[in-house]
Amino acid sequence: MKPTDLKDPEYFHKVVDCQYACPAHTPVPEYIRMIALERYDDAYMINWESNVFPGVLGRTCDRPCEPACRRGRVEEEPVAICRLKRVAADMKGNVRDRIPQGPFPANGKKVALIGGGPASLTVARDLAPLGYEIHLFDEQKAGGGFMRSQIPAFRLPEQVLDEEVNYILDMGVHKHFNTYVSSMKEILAQDYDAVFVGTGAPRGKDLPKLPGRWDAKERVHIGIDWLASVAFEHTEKIGKKVIVVGGGNTAMDCCRTARRLGGTDVKVVVRSPFEEMKASPWEISDAQHEDIPILSCHNPKAFVTENGVLKGMMFQKVEAVYDDNGKRRLVPTDEPEVFIEADDVLLAIGQDNAFPWIEKDLGIEFGEWDMPVVDKVTFQSTLPKVFFGGDAAFGPENVITAVAHGHQAAVSIELFCQQSDVHQRPAPITNLYSQKMGIHEWSYDNGVVSDLRYQVPHANKEITLTNRKLEVELGFDMPTGYKEAMRCLNCDVQTVFQENRCIECDACVDVCPTSCITFTTNGEEDDLRQRLTMPANNPDQDLYVSDVLPTARVMVKDEDVCLHCGLCAERCPTSAWDMQKFLYNVSKASHVCPTEAV
Amino acid sequence: MSYKRPAFRHPDAAINEIGFHQKDYEGALSTLCAGCGHDSISAAIIQACFELSIPPHRIAKISGIGCSSKTPTYFLANSHGFNSVHGRMPSVATGAVMANKDLTYIGVSGDGDTASIGMGQFAHVVRRNLNMVYIVMNNGCYGLTKGQDSATADVGSSGKAGVPTMFSSIDLAGLALELGAGFVARSFSGDKNQLIPLIKAGISHDGFALIDVLSPCVTFNNTKSSTKSYTYVRDHMESTSIADFVPVKKEITASVQPGESKTIEMHDGSKISLSSIAEGWDPKDRLSAINAIHKASLEGEVLTGLLYIDAAQPPVHKLLNTVDAPLNSLQERDLVPSQEALEEINMGFR
Ligand SMILES: Cc1cc2nc3c(=O)[nH]c(=O)nc-3n(C[C@H](O)[C@H](O)[C@H](O)COP(=O)(O)OP(=O)(O)OC[C@H]3O[C@@H](n4cnc5c(N)ncnc54)[C@H](O)[C@@H]3O)c2cc1C
Ligand SMILES: Cc1ncc(C[n+]2csc(CCOP(=O)(O)OP(=O)(O)O)c2C)c(N)n1
Ligand code: SF4
Ligand code: SF4
Ligand code: SF4
Ligand SMILES: [Mg+2]
Repeated sequence: MKPTDLKDPEYFHKVVDCQYACPAHTPVPEYIRMIALERYDDAYMINWESNVFPGVLGRTCDRPCEPACRRGRVEEEPVAICRLKRVAADMKGNVRDRIPQGPFPANGKKVALIGGGPASLTVARDLAPLGYEIHLFDEQKAGGGFMRSQIPAFRLPEQVLDEEVNYILDMGVHKHFNTYVSSMKEILAQDYDAVFVGTGAPRGKDLPKLPGRWDAKERVHIGIDWLASVAFEHTEKIGKKVIVVGGGNTAMDCCRTARRLGGTDVKVVVRSPFEEMKASPWEISDAQHEDIPILSCHNPKAFVTENGVLKGMMFQKVEAVYDDNGKRRLVPTDEPEVFIEADDVLLAIGQDNAFPWIEKDLGIEFGEWDMPVVDKVTFQSTLPKVFFGGDAAFGPENVITAVAHGHQAAVSIELFCQQSDVHQRPAPITNLYSQKMGIHEWSYDNGVVSDLRYQVPHANKEITLTNRKLEVELGFDMPTGYKEAMRCLNCDVQTVFQENRCIECDACVDVCPTSCITFTTNGEEDDLRQRLTMPANNPDQDLYVSDVLPTARVMVKDEDVCLHCGLCAERCPTSAWDMQKFLYNVSKASHVCPTEAV
Repeated sequence: MSYKRPAFRHPDAAINEIGFHQKDYEGALSTLCAGCGHDSISAAIIQACFELSIPPHRIAKISGIGCSSKTPTYFLANSHGFNSVHGRMPSVATGAVMANKDLTYIGVSGDGDTASIGMGQFAHVVRRNLNMVYIVMNNGCYGLTKGQDSATADVGSSGKAGVPTMFSSIDLAGLALELGAGFVARSFSGDKNQLIPLIKAGISHDGFALIDVLSPCVTFNNTKSSTKSYTYVRDHMESTSIADFVPVKKEITASVQPGESKTIEMHDGSKISLSSIAEGWDPKDRLSAINAIHKASLEGEVLTGLLYIDAAQPPVHKLLNTVDAPLNSLQERDLVPSQEALEEINMGFR
């Protein structure tokens, strides 16, 4: 193998598993260390820079970082990264004065943001301080998009959302709420330098052809419309017996909301096997904890009504059969059909994008499934001044993905408005510096604690079920937050090897608790992986390979289960190993170098 | 400074035949200087005992005084241990071996501990063929007392103090051969591929086994002018053969290396397979071993590998014709003859 190229910022970035997995590349270990130091404001601001909504995400994020967390590979469970974000938000003091405050010197450019969800708000956050005049349109009465209309208040209290949405709106954003944009043509006819479409995926899927669907239609609801109507207080009640059809997170929010609006017998009915449900495991267990049974392998057959009154639904039982390629088919079993009683049915079977308001002759090309053709890096559409992001760009994802899109779209808009090439993107800002303080002293806590993951306490369900606005999760208190923070392995503190210092004494090999380091002759990657002290069987994790050493061998380190404990560097007599903190900040609009004024 | 090793190990870490992880053979985190050769020898002992599947509580580690003699703290935390007086490891080992012949004995010593203050003790433990592995962590200096020359330092070699050694050196392997040892080997802390099979063979050998391990002292004797530095030993290492240890149950499958090869059967049925055997050397011929050592030393080389083995040499308990049961397990009724037996004995004198 070739010696590892440390000049490529992506090499060390990838070692920071959580940060690499985070769509917005939040510097996770850095903020976790701040929490351990009780520097909550700093922890919050590190988050805010990257993901814009730490308080929201600390409660609701899909947390792609956690399955990636190294701790999950050496122990049972990952660090509670998401809930530590909430600790930062809950424990912080007043951070207003650390957030950019307008008025900002105008740069003469004007941008329209259609939709007021996290994607648009992120664009606003990044562009407002650069002097853009920003116009935000949303059909709802307040900003936040689905964070407001869909995520129930018992998971995300309104004041938490308001605070973080307002940090952005207060930067001088021109708000056009209660305004449905019905024509892109009209927008384009105005003097906007660029337009960002962040309208989400607002159309809930239906079962229009299922027998009986339209016979009692006022008791059959589209899940996301129903949740929005609850959020905006148009709906306050539901029948006692409720069926929620679907197995994703929307279904979980629907059933738990129904429990709070009078549903005493709420069931989730899903086609797939339980193990393959789309909802996050924690959302499923929260629903089950609220006495909501989940019936899997039930395929809807018909709505049953009597004299225009909904009585329930019929389901066909199915089983999952897999072909040789592992592709699943749901095959009906010969068991009799199942009737389930219901006063109301909530359909939570998916969402679609819908752009009825974008005229087809504007030069904005639409491709498969009527989705706009959008560049995956620049978020530019086929009409150069129009950009897409969030769920509107590539279909429903989640808040953190919308934020990540927003940052990149803002970079593109800044480049576009400077008449620069949107593909010439600014490099990420990186830094690598030693953590050495003395012979065996590091400026980070290099000890590795053995504590298992701490559980977040929940409020008593007897109380939370009575009021849909009472938050269920209580968050970690300070001492538990500290203990959970200490579980972090500091993966951003990199093991950096300098071959010209190494005397090949083997001390690092001997001391490494997880047998990461091997000195051996070089070879092709596949062969080398098998010849290490412990075979490197996780191909997702890189090998760090040095140049040739005096004994004609190379140093090979398998990054897979390195604990970043620093023992190799402590035991190295010549400091050939050093522990160096790697900071990686994703490129933002503010990193675009201003072009010379002409 | 870290004083504790993290609890986590590689998730794919194997278990041995008796269900232990290598972790179960580890000790405390070393406090020796970073890069000390002794730590590598400790690691080799850990791996050898793990791979031999010896129950940790059936091992006793005994040492004298010195950085080397401190190492038993850093391996086999679940085994018996006795950190004795400077140069007195052999006496304590003798007592232990006499009392309980069923344990595996690992004696750890330094070149100072053995070749200076403990020289007399060393000579006698070899003569008696005590059943133990005697590992000398040989760095050519008194590391613990700040690096004075030891009796194994070569003439002209100088450490950190910069003064070349005036006196001729003692070759412990040569001496052991002279004193009649049945297993003599030399190795280098920086070459685990060689060291680990030798430790395993030494443990399996029924009788006294000396392994003289060159082990650089990074702090006081790793200079350019030292003959016990990492670079010097690496550049001047020569080996008698490539030794592989084959446990009782395993077939020899290792690919045959070029050159002559030999297999030596040990007392317990395990084997040492030797390949790439040096010309003129025969592992079972004491004279050829002595010759090879002298020849290498005249050429300024350091001869390593298995130097001599006689698997059939009777160990101390055999020489003394002791009972099968360990002496410490004998009860009063085993030791005091019955009235009838006494009568019988007395009758014999009448
Ligand atoms: C029930 C439910 C629960 C969810 N829970 C989570 C969760 O816990 N965690 C998570 O990360 N994600 C969750 N999501 C997904 C998440 O809400 C979205 O992925 C995210 O909000 C998308 O952000 P966005 O900026 O693309 O658009 P959205 O948040 O969808 O916002 C788009 C906004 O644009 C408005 N709009 C649309 N068309 C127009 C128009 N023509 N004119 C004016 N306004 C318009 C819409 O009313 C909406 O307010 C959930 C989704 C649902 C449905
Ligand atoms: C009876 C006695 N005399 C002298 C000493 C001082 N002393 C401690 S260690 C040591 C030499 C150790 O050298 P070596 O055995 O080579 O061990 P190393 O530290 O080099 O591994 C000496 C002389 C002592 N502890 N006890
Ligand atoms: S930091 Fe060094 S010693 Fe610790 S696990 Fe990683 S490679 Fe091993
Ligand atoms: S401890 Fe340092 S000098 Fe020794 S082998 Fe490892 S990197 Fe090289
Ligand atoms: S003084 Fe020498 S022998 Fe002692 S621990 Fe340090 S390097 Fe090892
Ligand atoms: Mg010594």
